[in-house]
Amino acid sequence: MSRISTLLLLFGLTAVPAAAEGPSLTLASTTSTQDSGLFGDLLPRFEAETGIAVRVVAVGTGQALELGKRGDADAVLVHDRAAEDAFLAAGFAESRRDVMWNDFLIVGPGDDPAGVRGATDVAAALAKIAAARASFASRADDSGTHKAELRLWQAAGVDPRAASGAWYRETGSGMGATLNTAAELGAYLLADRATWVAFRNKRRLEALVEGDPRLRNPYGILVVNPVKHPHVKVDAARRFAEWLTSDAGRAAIDGFRVDGVQLFHAGR
Amino acid sequence: MPEIAEAFAAALRLIVGWEPELVEIAGLSLRVSLSAVALAAAVGLPFGAWLGVASFPGRHTLVVLLNALMGLPPVVVGLLVYLLLSRSGPLGALGLLFTPSAMIVAQTFLVTPIVAALTRQTVSDLHDEYGEQLRSLGAGPLRATATLLYEGRFALATALLAGFGRAIAEVGAVIIVGGNIAHATRTMTTAIALETSRGDLALALGLGILLIALSLAVNASAQLVSEAARRAAG
Amino acid sequence: MPPVDARGTSILPLAFEGVGYAVRGVPLLADLSFVLEAGPCSVILGPNGAGKSLTLRLADGLLAPTTGRVRWLGPGAARAAGAKAVVFQRPVLLRRSAAANVDYALRLRGLPGETRERRTERVLAATGLLDLAGQPARRLSGGEQQRLALARAWALEPEVLFLDEPAAALDPAASRALEEAIRAIRREGTKIVMTTHDLAQAERMADEVLFLHRGRLVERAPAPAFFHEPRSPEAKAFLRAEVLP
Repeated sequence: MSRISTLLLLFGLTAVPAAAEGPSLTLASTTSTQDSGLFGDLLPRFEAETGIAVRVVAVGTGQALELGKRGDADAVLVHDRAAEDAFLAAGFAESRRDVMWNDFLIVGPGDDPAGVRGATDVAAALAKIAAARASFASRADDSGTHKAELRLWQAAGVDPRAASGAWYRETGSGMGATLNTAAELGAYLLADRATWVAFRNKRRLEALVEGDPRLRNPYGILVVNPVKHPHVKVDAARRFAEWLTSDAGRAAIDGFRVDGVQLFHAGR
Repeated sequence: MPEIAEAFAAALRLIVGWEPELVEIAGLSLRVSLSAVALAAAVGLPFGAWLGVASFPGRHTLVVLLNALMGLPPVVVGLLVYLLLSRSGPLGALGLLFTPSAMIVAQTFLVTPIVAALTRQTVSDLHDEYGEQLRSLGAGPLRATATLLYEGRFALATALLAGFGRAIAEVGAVIIVGGNIAHATRTMTTAIALETSRGDLALALGLGILLIALSLAVNASAQLVSEAARRAAG
Repeated sequence: MPPVDARGTSILPLAFEGVGYAVRGVPLLADLSFVLEAGPCSVILGPNGAGKSLTLRLADGLLAPTTGRVRWLGPGAARAAGAKAVVFQRPVLLRRSAAANVDYALRLRGLPGETRERRTERVLAATGLLDLAGQPARRLSGGEQQRLALARAWALEPEVLFLDEPAAALDPAASRALEEAIRAIRREGTKIVMTTHDLAQAERMADEVLFLHRGRLVERAPAPAFFHEPRSPEAKAFLRAEVLP
């Protein structure tokens, strides 16, 4: 398309209707799957195979589940097992499947004031951070990541929220925004590997603690219940859930790399 | 700040590359905001004009309320429109959520108070100046109001540009009701939010520079048209 | 073309019957009772604050009296709204060309294009503004703008023309030019009702004088009688250019 006509398109005043809609489904998911680039890699494969376009609304886990509850999404892909089970039990979803897992890690300033680099016990590392009163940035937004973080603090026997505003900084934001804040403050934080590897503003932050099995972060897909919301595109949602757990889907998930690193692992 | 230099470089690369994705999001930004301004004008100009000439008890309170609504927080409007258009909401059956139409609706709510309030002020001032004369010439209230609107067309054009500026720059409303869906509801501002959360600050800023350039282009064209018209009318 | 229609259905006389006007309880005009007949150029004269402008606005119907009535008594009274015009102290012109301003007023009357063009050209020529017809009205000089406002009113071919201190903001030369135009309108048969505080102008223009002081009609007389033998003390003082209490 010539530049002139593109310019004309750009400055067109008339509301041109969106391109003809083929079959599609609306997927509410979390920022980690979007920001890491996984969806950018995965979804075109699904669309090529099935002809179904996946429209991703990437928000926090809480909001994603809310969208599913209200029938504004056809499927929900999040990483908060407890919340997913509750969602299913309450009848908002007709099914739940394990899709994949990635892992969390503790990232922090290169000079590591709390001395946790290389630790294999994440709870002990958190206890050291608390003892050192070193800056720690928390998402504090009821997301899957946030809830995982709180479980780890519990395992460490510390309630950091008492120090909120002091060394414990509750940003109330998504992963990317919290990473930006931590990079700026030189703070520790719990990040998911996917977002971390793809993040472009690391500054002095480095990966310090990883590998502890408690840092595993499983994702599940929920198909929104058509009984509650008859309008949802339940066929498309079911196909998506099936594809994700099929050989093709699993291969695509395992095959996704950023900077040579595998971020997500298919299965439970 | 090295990011600024990188940002300009990024902006330049984007323009030279003329990536289809960039054209897409810029086009959507323009389409949504211009549509919202058009709708806001259709509602705000007549309402503002009426309020500028009408006289009734409680008018002053209404004026104050209207002026206050100019400061509606975009994210609050986004939330309210979301609740309205959600499938579980009163207008859910329309299926507008996560489409550009929802974004246009939300921005219309943001822009209308601006257009209405500024129209009211303009028409009210003109009414003070012309009201008596127009009445003496036999112009009925409808005709007089239309004349006042035409008289104030330059100030009203500025009001529309102010509304446009508000719309094209906001992210809070469109990101909630649009969902920032790739190739569907991603605008310049939501793309900037996305790249920021990905940590790609240079790209985000580069997009920001382009957005400002876009807004400048719209304002410059409006200014040229206005200048020509002003010269003709005196 | 005479403003009074061929069948002679004039809207005049205009009667003020016990008219009073008060704003928030403060009386600004009281007990105004008089009748204006067709023919003489009536000048409402008085010091500033006497209530001249208010009286004019009440006469045109722009304001409603607080007490009393303003009535058109002529056989054609029903069409009074379309048979009168007003020129205010400051020319209120629209942001368009001089000719377009006249055309606007004629369009409000629903006149067809040919008639509008003809009348516009006539009044602009008669007020010496034809060369400026295409100019933006608000770029004309003060005197030219006021003549344009007058031309606009003239184009309506009113039976009665009200003018509220029309030359107050003009320099003497422009003021004279305006007076000349007013006389031209008068010669065509339009009744002139004009307010002014300018004694000399009143002497030049008036056939009869209504002298107002502090919201009351203090004296009314044919012009020669008023200017040479005023009866009321207030009029006498005014004519002697004394400061009135």
